Amino acid sequence: MCTYRTTTLEVEGSGKGAAGWFPVTDASVYLDHPVHAPADHTLNVDLRNPSRGAAARVAVELDPASARALAHAILDMLDSAPAGLVPS
Amino acid sequence: MTPGDLTAETVTIVGHGGDPVEAYLAAPVGGPPVGGVVVIHHMPGYDAGTKEITRKIAANGYLALMPNLYFREAPGASPDDAAAAARANGGVPDDRLVGDVAGSMAHLASLPVSNGRLATIGYCSGGRQSLLAACSLDLDAAVDCYGAFALSAPPDGFPMAVTPIGDKVADLSCPLLGLFGSEDQYPGPEEVVELERLLVAAGKEVEFHSYEGAGHAFFNTDRPSFRAEAAGDGWERIWAFFGRHLTG
Repeated sequence: MCTYRTTTLEVEGSGKGAAGWFPVTDASVYLDHPVHAPADHTLNVDLRNPSRGAAARVAVELDPASARALAHAILDMLDSAPAGLVPS
Repeated sequence: MTPGDLTAETVTIVGHGGDPVEAYLAAPVGGPPVGGVVVIHHMPGYDAGTKEITRKIAANGYLALMPNLYFREAPGASPDDAAAAARANGGVPDDRLVGDVAGSMAHLASLPVSNGRLATIGYCSGGRQSLLAACSLDLDAAVDCYGAFALSAPPDGFPMAVTPIGDKVADLSCPLLGLFGSEDQYPGPEEVVELERLLVAAGKEVEFHSYEGAGHAFFNTDRPSFRAEAAGDGWERIWAFFGRHLTG
């Protein structure tokens, strides 16, 4: 099924796309059909900078279990950062 | 003329609001005037798979035109980048979709080889849009392949511009062929049954088929969801349906 569900948020940082590094300003997160991954549904993340055009995008399509493991790894890394390194 | 011969190329049509819109046109080579089909692409966009469908329709004897519904969001972008941009912006507004289909119809009808009879076919989000177009424009036939949210509303807090169109079924202008997978959840079997009931109650000519063992996107040869038997039978029904309604 197409889930249509999409979460969008503003982000800050940099991403490396097909044309090299660029500042990322927006992210989309959705669990839906992939374009490339050989699965019916994947957890998809687009890191984008709309002001630079549609091609300014870093895209990943992850198996849902992989996406959950990655999410935990991200949170664990942030939670275990040395004191004062990461704003709370 | 050899049946199955076709030409295929990128053209520009006049879409909603008078906007120039990129489109993919496939046409049979030689032969008598034929009907035309507006191909409405799925949410992943104006992609190679849907261009293949457009050529398939031409190889089977009809004009076929697929407008790039994401052209305004991302002209010249790869299909997946354009789809991502459109998705982040809430998708294609219904009025813009109807306008782009109307422009596609006008383009097809203007071609010397057109017999003036026109249809829409859409897959996934395009299935709902095919139904919407047929409720908004004067068509001779419409095909809805597993279109979701024709009747049900999307979940709360979801940014896609997708609204139910059940209140429009009384305006359906043409016969409708609906092809669905029994294992699909969007649309689920209950929604498919209810949509058929509403259309029949409104006096519309409807032919619905739901395939056991098939879920969403069973026509899509690029995905694990592809079901050869359902897709094969589905295509045969589409050719029979177009044969009845697009022959001048």
